[in-house]
Amino acid sequence: MSSILTVLFNGIAYGFLLFIMSVGLSVTLGMMNFVNLAQASFSMFGGYVMVTAMQSFGVPFLASLPIVFIVIGALSIVVERLIFRHFYNTDDLTQVLLTIGLVFMSIAIATYFWGGTYQRIDMPSWLTGQRAVLGLTLETYRIFLIAIGAAMAIILVLGLERTQLGAMVRACVDNRRVAGACGLNTDLIFALTFAIGGGLAGLGGALSANLLGLDPNFPLRYLVYLLIIVSVGGMGTISGTLIAGLALGIADVMGKYYFPQFGGFVIYVLTVACMLWRPHGLLGRQT
Amino acid sequence: MSALERLTSDHAKAATGYFALLARWNIWEVLFWLALAGMYFVPNVDLVLMSQIFIWGLFAMSLDILLGYRGIPSLGHAAFFGVGAYVAGYCGKFGWTEPISALVLAMAIAAIVGWLTGKLVQRVTGVGLLMVTLGLNLILYDLVHRSTDLTGGDDGLQGVTIAPVFGLFRFDIFGRTAFWYALIMAFLLFAVARAVVKSPFGLALLGARENPRRMIMLGAPVEGDVSRAFALGAALAGAAGALLTQTTQFVSPNTLSFQRSADVLVILIIGGTGRLYGGFVGALVFLILRDWLAAISPVYWYFWIGLLLVIVVSFFRKGLLPSVEALINRWKPSKAEEPSQRVPPA
Repeated sequence: MSSILTVLFNGIAYGFLLFIMSVGLSVTLGMMNFVNLAQASFSMFGGYVMVTAMQSFGVPFLASLPIVFIVIGALSIVVERLIFRHFYNTDDLTQVLLTIGLVFMSIAIATYFWGGTYQRIDMPSWLTGQRAVLGLTLETYRIFLIAIGAAMAIILVLGLERTQLGAMVRACVDNRRVAGACGLNTDLIFALTFAIGGGLAGLGGALSANLLGLDPNFPLRYLVYLLIIVSVGGMGTISGTLIAGLALGIADVMGKYYFPQFGGFVIYVLTVACMLWRPHGLLGRQT
Repeated sequence: MSALERLTSDHAKAATGYFALLARWNIWEVLFWLALAGMYFVPNVDLVLMSQIFIWGLFAMSLDILLGYRGIPSLGHAAFFGVGAYVAGYCGKFGWTEPISALVLAMAIAAIVGWLTGKLVQRVTGVGLLMVTLGLNLILYDLVHRSTDLTGGDDGLQGVTIAPVFGLFRFDIFGRTAFWYALIMAFLLFAVARAVVKSPFGLALLGARENPRRMIMLGAPVEGDVSRAFALGAALAGAAGALLTQTTQFVSPNTLSFQRSADVLVILIIGGTGRLYGGFVGALVFLILRDWLAAISPVYWYFWIGLLLVIVVSFFRKGLLPSVEALINRWKPSKAEEPSQRVPPA
């Protein structure tokens, strides 16, 4: 019994990580219909920024996280203004190919600066080891991940529901042209959302480096997962992304723990079945 | 749209003439294939690389049937390639060593798989479609990768023997037989695909690409055409897979990988969709460039492939071939009016 709960717990921690990495992709997809596979590269660079901050500048782990958020957020604004905004009116396939090209380039860039091997990450001692919680022995770092992930989800949902920027973002997701006609500066809103989404992706990458390993092939390994989450959850919904992320995280960890012989099979079958059942995602709107 | 408009403006009696005109080969096409064949006689040419180019070209052309002519993007096209490759591999392993009949069998089985896939996805569109095709590809890869008893897993299928073509031409280590076998098969299948896309069926596909709702109003079986297009595309992809197995006498799960699905899409986009030749031109550019880049910068060559992709979608949105065509047509405005094999732009 306790082993099931431990596996479930690990799955939830993993799911929150995937949620943080993919939520920006989901919102930008819903808003601009822009398929940004380079989101996975933002995550990778987030991990590398953290590694560099910690190892070269001696920044403590917790302090490095806001740095990652800001650096990757700034990076995504630059990429958005320089490249992506020219591709908003093209079809899905062009965007997929453009951003896959960027992913390939990012892999080579990461290899050039940080080498092709896995990075060693030294976590502070208070985040390592295991703790007994309610009769279960749980890894401290995963508890930390769940706390951060849950906090992020609450902040994002409240931010989207209760703040003015959130209302503007929702207006743009619902109908960008009408929002623009009502006097909203949709370009600015989009750039801001993009930066926040990119920063979150970087944060997700930094948080995952310890758990998933960080090497230049990171984007290719997690690209498919991000795509699955976004399409299963439905574009432009935070709660859908959260549900899909948690479901995927739990299914993946459980599948690998209880049915290692099937590998990723369970997830892919569930994804295909889900997409055939609801082509717009679980919480996606039928358009 | 111009081909459609031209057809509707003509009377029905002119239709036969229209298709005959559409199907006529022009001089550039003949020259293109002669040039490919002529590569054999170029000194120091890498024959193995050339047969790889024919195989990738055929594979990319099979995707073109779906993407270029019907407007269905598939992120899982390697699944059909892999089915063909494994069918040919099992044939060679269990004594059916005659290559041409094994190729036909591989095509038939890939076609069935493709038809079923088409049935499954014919109502799904957009990102959902990308995800379903990708998911099916991943499922198949995972199955093959994990059934080590059946498929050899990562090590691939060992002990594939292929008999000489017609009992005369043995597959040699220099790739001479492979060159001609791959080229002739690619050409024959190209001719078949060309005949199909220039038939009323091909026109129906184009029509459904432009406006499916209107095609339904015209009484065209749009959903059925999707599974038929999938069957055709899958059969051709299966043939490419079988050719790869037969020319290398080896199959590995690599033939089914997502990487291959992405690569073939890249090749087709580089070459240009909707004209069948795009796949071959793209394969020529992509493979020669990849070969060259991998030699001069073994670690970072993916950077240049990525950059190439970004440049192509930024500046040649429709691919190299259509951009070149547009350039030629600008120089020769009279030539553009000819009802040649040019398909309306997407």
